[in-house]
Amino acid sequence: MSPARPAFRSSPVRWLRENLFYNVPSAIVTLLLAYVAWSALAPFIEWAFVNAIWQAPDSKGCREAKGIGACWAMITEKHRFILFGTYPFEQHWRPGLCILLLLALYVVSAMRRFWRPALALVWLAGLALIGVLMWGGIFGLAYVENERWGGLMLTLLLATFGIAFAFPLSILLALGRRSDMPAVRILSVGYIELIRGVPLISLLFMASVMLPLFLPEGVSVNKLLRAQIAIVLFAAAYLAEVVRGGLQAVPQGQYEAADAMGLSYWRKTLLIVLPQALRVAIPPLVNTFIGLFKDTSLVVIIGLFDLLTSIKVALGEPAWNGFGVEAYIFASLVYFTFCYAMSQYSQNLERELARGKAHYLREN
Amino acid sequence: MAGEARPGVGTAPERRSPWSLNNPRVRAVVYQVALVAAVVLAVWYLAANTAHNLEVRKIASGFGFLEREAGFEIGESPFISYGAADKYKTALTVGLLNTFRVALIGVVLATLIGTVIGLARLSHNWLITKIASGYIEAIRNVPLLVQLFFWYAIISENLPGPRDAVNPLPNLYLSNRGIAFPVFASHPVHAWLGVALLAGIALSWLLARWASARQARTGQPFPVFSAGAALILGLPFVVFLVAGAPTTLNRPELSGFNYTGGGVLTPEFAALLAGLTLYTAAFIAEIVRAGVLAVDRGQFEAGAALGLRPRRAMHLVILPQALRVIVPPLTSQFLNLTKNSSLAVAIGYPDLVSIANTTMNQTGQAIEGIAIIMAVYLTISLSISAIMNWYNKTIALKGAAR
Repeated sequence: MSPARPAFRSSPVRWLRENLFYNVPSAIVTLLLAYVAWSALAPFIEWAFVNAIWQAPDSKGCREAKGIGACWAMITEKHRFILFGTYPFEQHWRPGLCILLLLALYVVSAMRRFWRPALALVWLAGLALIGVLMWGGIFGLAYVENERWGGLMLTLLLATFGIAFAFPLSILLALGRRSDMPAVRILSVGYIELIRGVPLISLLFMASVMLPLFLPEGVSVNKLLRAQIAIVLFAAAYLAEVVRGGLQAVPQGQYEAADAMGLSYWRKTLLIVLPQALRVAIPPLVNTFIGLFKDTSLVVIIGLFDLLTSIKVALGEPAWNGFGVEAYIFASLVYFTFCYAMSQYSQNLERELARGKAHYLREN
Repeated sequence: MAGEARPGVGTAPERRSPWSLNNPRVRAVVYQVALVAAVVLAVWYLAANTAHNLEVRKIASGFGFLEREAGFEIGESPFISYGAADKYKTALTVGLLNTFRVALIGVVLATLIGTVIGLARLSHNWLITKIASGYIEAIRNVPLLVQLFFWYAIISENLPGPRDAVNPLPNLYLSNRGIAFPVFASHPVHAWLGVALLAGIALSWLLARWASARQARTGQPFPVFSAGAALILGLPFVVFLVAGAPTTLNRPELSGFNYTGGGVLTPEFAALLAGLTLYTAAFIAEIVRAGVLAVDRGQFEAGAALGLRPRRAMHLVILPQALRVIVPPLTSQFLNLTKNSSLAVAIGYPDLVSIANTTMNQTGQAIEGIAIIMAVYLTISLSISAIMNWYNKTIALKGAAR
């Protein structure tokens, strides 16, 4: 707890004494815990790495090693299917390129020096390009209907489009919830609380079975779009609460200053309030994004072909039946990579913004 | 334009016609009427479409189907007896009770595990801190659904069949048919144990009131916590001893392909409970940690300076302040756990959503089915929020609110 002096930091013995063996009970706890951790970890390492089967064209080798070594061969064999679902095999470079494009967009948006209005245009162009690549039908690309999209690509698409469309909606809802007009406020509060009060799965069911009933006869919306709509509506309610938190953090004086300058409501909101509110709200927004990214996995329940569904389908093949633990560890690793990156980013950003603020306060 | 408006920000509305659109009040009314009209129109349009579509598809709307025979079996119904000949009404009740069952047990276990891990993260011991934060990071960054599939795969694929079940403790059997464990054979004293427990709780409540009144009057403290604990645990124990301490166990026995006798957790229930509990515990751990960190270190020292012993300082100074930070997010975690229990449908545990889903598929009554699901979860959410708001008010800063 006490801040270690830099002079002592270099000594590993001192570090051990301060952090692991500072008195007799702590030493006993450390040794006991280390023993327990090792006796759990050692068999796992043996199973997952030492005895694991990494390649096997059929599952025979895996069946022989069952219980002794992990069968990662299933992932090696089915990786194309897990990444791209049922997208035509010879066209896999298209969703592959889209994944890279999306990753590039994420990275660019994460850098603060690119935070300017032009970024929205970059996103629009990027998403349009992804649409062209995925659907095709022009520039000599074969048309691929979106029933065939799948795998990791679909997970990323559902999450990206879900957030991209839900975000503007959530800002409107948050502003509505803080509005002076009672009707606007009641409608916003009602929407937000209704959506947040029910599980996402009920909204997905609603989108998959009720949406067709809502639409006029003859109009049909495909399954992917229906699920996407449900995710957008769901995400908007959760993001709205985060944005509201940001709005509340803007000091009252800022609103009053904008009023005193004679700005209209929208100019006040767009020029004064939102830039400050969203800046505060970015770290919790990223945390909400993590939640939404994880929640896209629920589309497996309504039979959409995302990452998790592809893995389940691959597991359903007689050859790979029974290797669920390996398959779900792999799925966990994929989700973990994305979510952990986002959470580390959000924590760094929070620290950076706090430092910036402290610096600003010191200077002024 | 801006130049014209500037001189009369305060006085302008009076000079203008009261019905002008430049009057903010008139404008507000117009906006709101337009918005409400748009919402009503949209709802009416959707409702009209729905009515037409239902008519075309010859689906009768209404909840009449609840009285019809369900015709499907439910894997587990521990509270009420249910068979395929029962009505949809009964089936949905079974689902609701199953949801409550997993949610209640899950909330209790998640709170316990979460508190322990949250405190472990604050430990001085580097190893404990690292293990706790590793757990939290690993669990929080993986979707709950993947974790549920994982636990279910472990139980149903990797555990042996009932004949060679894993037997870690006497009479406890882990197999791919679930977890079989011994339970006390039913005995008339069980009802009396419940009565004694309730009596213990009531008595300790009275005792706490008396003790705080006496302390206010005379300044004499009374060890309410230990006395209350003694009452709540001791009374049932005394009753148990008086009844002759019946310890007959109903042991699970292998008969045919499964265990009979004793209690059993089905693989679905065990996977769902493990998934929900471990997932929510990671979030609760972070909340507990934040709550403890939110209390200023000076508070503990101030308590010590007042001559309070560490335990009393914890009880009187630290905990009340930490709880104020912990309770609101903790409530939303309880709600999340309850809502997340709806993922049961993915691994085949018959909760409310899963049974409503079967009902919708069989009867085609999609609107009614989803209405039931939403109504139930909304009721649960709103009642828990109401209770927690009330609790929050009772522990909120005194003086500031009054």
